[in-house]
Amino acid sequence: MAGSYRISGQGRLTPAKTARFTFDGKAMTGLAGDTVASALLANGVHLVGRSFKYHRPRGILSAGAEEPNALVTVSRDAARKTPNVRATVQELYDGLDVASQNRWPSLSFDVGAVNDLASPFFSAGFYYKTFMWPKAAWKNFYEPNIRSAAGLGIAPDQPDPDHYSSRYAHCEVLVLGGGASGLAAALAAAETGVRVIICDEQAEFGGALRFEKGAIIDGQDGWAWAQGVAAKLTAMDNVTLLSRTTAFGYYAQNFVGLTERVTDHLASPGREAPRERLWQVRAKRVVIATGAIERHMVFANNDRPGVMLASAARTYLNHYGVTVGRNVGVYTANDSAYAAAIDLKKAGIGIAAIVDLRDNPSGPLVDEARSLGIEVNHGRAVTSANGSQRIKSMTVQAKAGGAERTIAVDALLVSAGWTPSVHMFSQSRGKVAFDDATKRFLPGTYAQDCVSVGACSGSDSLEDSISQALEAGANAARDAGAKPGKGVSITVEGSEGWNGGMLGSGPGAGADTTVKAFIDFQNDVTAKDIRQAVREGMRSIEHVKRFTTNGMATDQGKTSNMHGLAIAAEALNKEIPEVGLTTFRAPYTPVTFGAIVNHSRHALFDPTRKTPTHAWAEGHGAVFEDVGQWKRAWYFPRAGEDMHAAVNRECVAVRKTAGLFDASTLGKIEVVGPDAAKFMELLYTNPWEKLEVGRCRYGIMLREDGFIYDDGVVGRLAQDRFHVTTTTGGAARVMNHMEDYLQTEFPELNVWLTSVSEQWAVIAVQGPNSRDIIEPLIEGIDMSDEAMPHMSVREGKICGVPTRLFRMSFTGDRGFEVNVPADYGRAVWEALWAEGQKHGACAYGTEAMHVLRAEKGYIIVGQDTDGTVTPNDAGLDWAVGKKKTDFVGIRGLTRPDLVAKGRRQLVGLKTRDPHVVLEEGAQIVENPKQAIPMKMIGHVTSSYWSENCGRSIAMALVAGGRDRIGETLYVPMPDKVIEVEVTGTVFFDEKGERLNG
Amino acid sequence: MLLIRCPYCEEERPELEFRNAGEAHIARPTDIASISDEDFEKFFFIRSNKKGLVFERWRHVHGCARFFNAVRDSVSDKFLLTYKAGEPKPDVSTLTAEGGPAAWANRPPDQLNEKPKSKRSTKGEA
Amino acid sequence: MAKIATAARNPAHAGKNVGGEGVALKVLEPASRMSLRARPDTIAALSKALGVTLPQKPKSSAAKAGRTALWLGPDEWLVIDEAGGDPVADCAGVKGLHSAVDVSHRNVAIAVTGPNAAATISSGCPQDLSLAAFPVGAASRTILGKVEIVVLRTGEDTFRVECWRSFSDYVWGFLSEAARDAG
Repeated sequence: MAGSYRISGQGRLTPAKTARFTFDGKAMTGLAGDTVASALLANGVHLVGRSFKYHRPRGILSAGAEEPNALVTVSRDAARKTPNVRATVQELYDGLDVASQNRWPSLSFDVGAVNDLASPFFSAGFYYKTFMWPKAAWKNFYEPNIRSAAGLGIAPDQPDPDHYSSRYAHCEVLVLGGGASGLAAALAAAETGVRVIICDEQAEFGGALRFEKGAIIDGQDGWAWAQGVAAKLTAMDNVTLLSRTTAFGYYAQNFVGLTERVTDHLASPGREAPRERLWQVRAKRVVIATGAIERHMVFANNDRPGVMLASAARTYLNHYGVTVGRNVGVYTANDSAYAAAIDLKKAGIGIAAIVDLRDNPSGPLVDEARSLGIEVNHGRAVTSANGSQRIKSMTVQAKAGGAERTIAVDALLVSAGWTPSVHMFSQSRGKVAFDDATKRFLPGTYAQDCVSVGACSGSDSLEDSISQALEAGANAARDAGAKPGKGVSITVEGSEGWNGGMLGSGPGAGADTTVKAFIDFQNDVTAKDIRQAVREGMRSIEHVKRFTTNGMATDQGKTSNMHGLAIAAEALNKEIPEVGLTTFRAPYTPVTFGAIVNHSRHALFDPTRKTPTHAWAEGHGAVFEDVGQWKRAWYFPRAGEDMHAAVNRECVAVRKTAGLFDASTLGKIEVVGPDAAKFMELLYTNPWEKLEVGRCRYGIMLREDGFIYDDGVVGRLAQDRFHVTTTTGGAARVMNHMEDYLQTEFPELNVWLTSVSEQWAVIAVQGPNSRDIIEPLIEGIDMSDEAMPHMSVREGKICGVPTRLFRMSFTGDRGFEVNVPADYGRAVWEALWAEGQKHGACAYGTEAMHVLRAEKGYIIVGQDTDGTVTPNDAGLDWAVGKKKTDFVGIRGLTRPDLVAKGRRQLVGLKTRDPHVVLEEGAQIVENPKQAIPMKMIGHVTSSYWSENCGRSIAMALVAGGRDRIGETLYVPMPDKVIEVEVTGTVFFDEKGERLNG
Repeated sequence: MLLIRCPYCEEERPELEFRNAGEAHIARPTDIASISDEDFEKFFFIRSNKKGLVFERWRHVHGCARFFNAVRDSVSDKFLLTYKAGEPKPDVSTLTAEGGPAAWANRPPDQLNEKPKSKRSTKGEA
Repeated sequence: MAKIATAARNPAHAGKNVGGEGVALKVLEPASRMSLRARPDTIAALSKALGVTLPQKPKSSAAKAGRTALWLGPDEWLVIDEAGGDPVADCAGVKGLHSAVDVSHRNVAIAVTGPNAAATISSGCPQDLSLAAFPVGAASRTILGKVEIVVLRTGEDTFRVECWRSFSDYVWGFLSEAARDAG
């Protein structure tokens, strides 16, 4: 027998199928199909953890997702360690390792339990009020200590080796919950032929039929019926059945998030299956069939291990064949606990007594309990559970007080009634309504195309639930566009009806008492705490919640919210609906980061974009830098070279002979149509109408506010065709900006834009020998200075493939950019490289490119500009068409602030000591001796060591900068003040003779 | 994730395919170079940012790539209407939420831009 | 003049293929591609020149003799030619308002084939890819994970996924991961 509390002949598990596991290192045996909770109970273990704040011993309260207490850490290995797993949800498998949490040194002897003795000091709001002073102590002392003492399990410190998957799914009808109602709704919807998805958080479908023995449906035991329906649905092509799948979030327009736990129940999951799968379902209609959750009774020490929801004890018996004790007490205000007592009694378990808070309980279950010889005490209350690590007895008293009677028990089943699970409905933005007759919140006003059926909608009988569900399922399918089907009928021949229930604290835990009667087990919130919150001025349930943390633990107050609300209402002397219910928010139960992230890890975290010549650069030792999503060759170190040496060598080689540079990442847009030039006139500051075919121009694009947005060289390929280049980072937004104006402001223009960024690989060949390197590979283009001057573009062939050959320079030396269709990029690069070798050319990376352009004072948008720089500020006024009457930004440029004196202008800086290289971003002041905070008049935008100039060079935006040329300014740094001279921005070849050199 | 009806694709598509592009019906003055500072301020900087019905520009950037306009309720986030760029600003009074589909209702494409005939009845509605 | 050696073509991921449960992925051969934009009154002439009727219904395509025209927007088509033709050249003589731009090398195409092909793509694509919503011949620009793709359904169990060249590492990786879990 797998565990001494396993009852022969009870439950649905197979006795022969054992599974071994360990709990805090101790070897135990359970059965296949057990949860950790049922297996522990079968082994007589009730003490499974310590509470969050007071470190009180805690047991197992429930048999499902609502569990607040039994949180454990389960591990497969050091990396596969999951803390805070509900023992009531985790399925057992052979070899499972389970550990209790929040205890030291051991579960039975926990030093932190001193908090329980000191609890008068730890009342609601304690943390807010106590650790206020001294301020520094919070960070250094209070927080670290509180964090280590309070809390949950410990997160694993190794990367998660499992993988996770995701799936978008679409269906006509989504059914949330696979109990009797959900199954009936799914069947009715599926029968019409539409796509149906039904999910349930449990391993098997059936919901409350798991424990509800009295249900007879279509002539079968309820559980067997549920398995039959599930099998039938599985066989239907239009139905997706998802077990072990929790609907955790209900979002706009019937978009529902589900997590499917694929392998957590398997002993050997294999490597292929994902651990979890995130489903993002878009449903035309949703049927919510999420059932109801039983509440506990609120009395002194109601958190003792062994105190358990009645339905949970029934589940453990009827499904798992496990009894929660040998001598069991019952404390209830609801009929359903009688059913639990009856089932246990019939299984041979002693029932010490049923204590019913109601004065005159009646009905068939009460009668049956009495007829079985169970002592039923009505109009009485359990005022205390006694014992420390396990309940030993219960103290029973008349409601009005009086003589106490102590009854020995080893487990106490409690039921204060059932709370309809309106979480999903509330998440859908539906408004709940309070039903005064039954004192519960039910779905009120719907906000989406969904419907609630069964216990979550307040139905108390199986017959009603199933007939509601059948109708709802058929209607949902119809409303989603299905043709009516044959119809489904389900006959309920036996069921249990439960009445009664209570909210708030019971006798002995009222306003005049100081006992610890827990409402929220996980956050250690007692009835007293709620009353204190009200005393201290909290009036709204939202404030009470935050002050006491009631309902804010990972169980989201599934068992505690209604009790807390009732106690607050009583203390405020208000009706429950006036105090209000807090809004339910996603996730319903905790969701792993793995499921949310799913594929987006490692290489798929974010796209890594590589150019067609990436592999060549890799093969030639390039060090890459990230530029947005692109990998760009940064520099090409040779043996023994550091970055500095490599960049210096590359910079010198380009100016001496030539260099090859991969410029493929530049954005490229083909602008085509008879109004192409007109459009360019509107989008760029420059004039374009008169640009000859075959010529290029450096263009500046502004936003409407007059600030520089992007720049790039534009070639005119034909009267009606421009080849526009953008910055690498600007490619997508420039395209969007251009499309925006074209579609919405200038739709009358006959022109179209096509992104060709990735059509063309771009190989920049720059340096005095650049033409000699390219020319031998070219067909159909005359590359002489006369035929192809600086800033021109020609179409022809290189290495036998089409090319758009630009003569342009971003170095100040003679230069070309060879555009070839991307798949030819690698081969053409290699051909150019081979030619280049004859001339001593180098490959250079983005760092050398930056230095070379800075030597010439060419700006980089986004580095030397920051979204507040005008063409004039950047010294680019020449690029603004003075005769133009319109372009984007034309009016912005004349705004008062943009034409005011003293704007920051781009200038060069030379350090007095030529070896000192300024830091980019460093601030500039006039007088370094002034008091702090100093008046900052500008900042360094670009700064490099220039081997070609033999000194450091820098560019900066400085207030009134161009009028300061020749002045001395200062750059204060933490350890020194650097003296700089303001200069022009061109540091090399000021006359620009090398463009044709 | 919202579903947004693209007036060019003529169906609802997932929000991931779209990008918001700010307030709609702010036309760039044709004589922009000569407008006053005050007019430029109104055109470029001032936005209504209303609580309630707002006119927005959206782009179906990862779909048909068209810009279009939408009327949306900034309280419920619900789209009331989407229409092509260049079409006139619709009369808001015909779009008020009274009698319209519930916020977030998942309308079939052919009904999204229609005013529903009667108030929907849903189970449990008061 | 010395003979110039013709550059070799190096398509991204050439020849790659991978199998999952009920799904196979294959990088397709290079094809000619054209981004075509046109005013309504030029559509007929362009259709004639291309030999395939440019579809005007959203989310649709038309195919003839190895050439497929995908509706991407109200005035935008992606024309894919797998028969060695040159659609840009074919449009050169058309007089009406249009823009024809060669984007052959811009895209990489991956065939996703098998009974679980739709499930594989649905791992990262938020559109409804059921046969009812996305029938054979349906085509759309959309999203896969974090990037833009164009999806064309070429058969009940066959899709052509096109993405920009530099995103093909990501798309191939994503689909390969998804294919592991499509069963």
